[in-house]
Amino acid sequence: MATQTLIYLFVGLSFALYIGIAIWSRAASTSEFYVAGGGVNPVVNGMATAADWMSAASFLSMAGLIAFMGYDGSVYLMGWTGGYVMLALLLAPYLRKFGQFTVPDFIGTRYYSNVARTVAVVCLIFISFTYIAGQMRGVGIVFSRFLEVDVTLGVIIGMGIVFFYAVLGGMKGITYTQVAQYCVLIFAYLVPAIFISLLATGNPVPQLGLGSDLADGSGTSVLQKLDSSLVEMGFPAYTDGSKSMVDVSCITAALMIGTAGLPHVIVRFFTVPKASDARKSAGWALVFIALLYTTAPAVSAFARLNFNESVSDTRYAETPDWFRNWEANGLIAWRDKNGDGVMQYEAGDAFEGAPEYTPGGIGVSGERLLDNAATDNANEVYVDRDIMVLANPEIANLPGWVIALVAAGGLAAALSTAAGLLLVISTAVSHDLLKSTFRPQISEKGELLAARVAATAAIVVAGILGIYPPGWVAQVVAFAFGLAAASLFPAIFMGIFSTRMNREGAIAGMVTGLAFTFLYIAWFKLWAPELNTAEHWLFGISPEGIGVVGMLLNFAVAITVARLTAPPPPEVDALVENIRVPRGAGTAHAH
Amino acid sequence: MVEDESANSASETRRAYWRANLRLLGTLMAIWFAVSFGAGILFRPFLDQFMLGGFPLGFWFAQQGSIYVFIVLIAIYARRMHRIEREFALDDDDADTPIEGG
Repeated sequence: MATQTLIYLFVGLSFALYIGIAIWSRAASTSEFYVAGGGVNPVVNGMATAADWMSAASFLSMAGLIAFMGYDGSVYLMGWTGGYVMLALLLAPYLRKFGQFTVPDFIGTRYYSNVARTVAVVCLIFISFTYIAGQMRGVGIVFSRFLEVDVTLGVIIGMGIVFFYAVLGGMKGITYTQVAQYCVLIFAYLVPAIFISLLATGNPVPQLGLGSDLADGSGTSVLQKLDSSLVEMGFPAYTDGSKSMVDVSCITAALMIGTAGLPHVIVRFFTVPKASDARKSAGWALVFIALLYTTAPAVSAFARLNFNESVSDTRYAETPDWFRNWEANGLIAWRDKNGDGVMQYEAGDAFEGAPEYTPGGIGVSGERLLDNAATDNANEVYVDRDIMVLANPEIANLPGWVIALVAAGGLAAALSTAAGLLLVISTAVSHDLLKSTFRPQISEKGELLAARVAATAAIVVAGILGIYPPGWVAQVVAFAFGLAAASLFPAIFMGIFSTRMNREGAIAGMVTGLAFTFLYIAWFKLWAPELNTAEHWLFGISPEGIGVVGMLLNFAVAITVARLTAPPPPEVDALVENIRVPRGAGTAHAH
Repeated sequence: MVEDESANSASETRRAYWRANLRLLGTLMAIWFAVSFGAGILFRPFLDQFMLGGFPLGFWFAQQGSIYVFIVLIAIYARRMHRIEREFALDDDDADTPIEGG
């Protein structure tokens, strides 16, 4: 069968599966809609959490980023897994014991204040929309490259599927669909990784292949080969990286703490039956996540090796099909600076900015001509890092069904995360804003309807963001983690571990952390991007890592303000006492 | 919440339980910090002179080892906490009623 037919088949089958599961697991009550009735097995929940967490960024972009960052890419690997230790040890069991539906619920109740709840809702909606825009971009890329449909139509199809199971099934539908999506995405990730590792090193386990010798009989290891060939081309060594130690530490910490503070991840631990299950579930989630995250660096290294070999010093006329396919999609470009018809690939940008092709312009070798101003270095090749995972099977000449599998896996990753985010947004509107703040008298049925309407509205907004991606989206992904780390995490953490923290302290802390982090990132990413270099950064910390400073400010301000104002009322003491012990989690909420 | 013991000794139990929890937390978080920020970042240049198979050791911790240790840490925490909770009779083994309505 042709690869194209296989892609339609795999994607079609996986979509049919998700819809089938959605019909089978419709939500009938708000409890089922928000937290799947609170009765999800911890292993199942761990798997759903893994799918919820691993987004288009993890599946499509991460290995590509690491491939071009080398050691510096470790910030994603450690940052996006280490956060689960913080979740399991510091947050999840206590929040489950608290026994409500949402993160703003906890903050609003613990700090006895609707202002605190509303601040939390604002953080949550901002974080979630930033994140969801990235998912929609992933859906768009997969559709336009593999299904050969227009990006707009692709996003509409994707939104239609998510609409169906998120709006109908709520958390219950999402949980069981995510289990299926995890299976699809992990299979799709591992199969090409195993193939490529086997081809390159003879070792079928990618995690070990990364540390093995190359199968070409040269006796050099994968990493040695990468180091030496990259250094020769003028890049820093793969195992060395170029970021400063301070920056690497801060980015890692911001990603870890941000992960622990992301509302759509935290809410997953509200769905298990009891507090001890929340711990187990976080452990299982990390096992399922680690399966992909320990494979990713191997995929990165092999991809970079294969890419260097097939592109560097190759005549354009002899390039493989994948190179031209991605060039046609505008994600690869070649500018023949010295006019020799051979692609020189070295360190540095080949030209300024993203490729802008001359309409209809074809060069002497057959390449697409560019309008961009050329830079004066020798590099002639531009490559979008996001394509590495998708292009990898083609670069390594794997069979058509593997390519089809990767397309289905990329969609599974993007859709499962989008669904989880949409649910968090709709819950924030229907539960935290309507039920808890503005219309407490709303009926259970009315609240469920409001949740569905909010989910629908959120899908439409996300779809528009996907079809007309605003230029700032890629620039502000750092917002999601930085803001979660600087606003929500400290408020939740102190809510559990300090009985003295009060309303005034928590609100002042959240606002300070949020404002500082927001302004720092916005300054360097949006208002003064030309200043975004190490010498202008505070303590050499890039906008990606500044959330840690925001978090420290949050703690400092919160503790100072709490000292100077009245302690929380006695019922808050009782609440904190109660969430600290696991006994009685299941019944805590029935009122 | 109904407790058999008098209120005083119940809160004493809870305090002892919380201290035991914090001790365990402190130890595990220290290991968490040591493998990621320690071995993977701060001491990476030093550790890279040793090889683990084809991996420089610091690089291995940053891209593989720390993740394995994270899993082990959560597993130990879940297990040890459960034991501590049973010791203090504060476990939730009988509580498996799902949430009933909002």
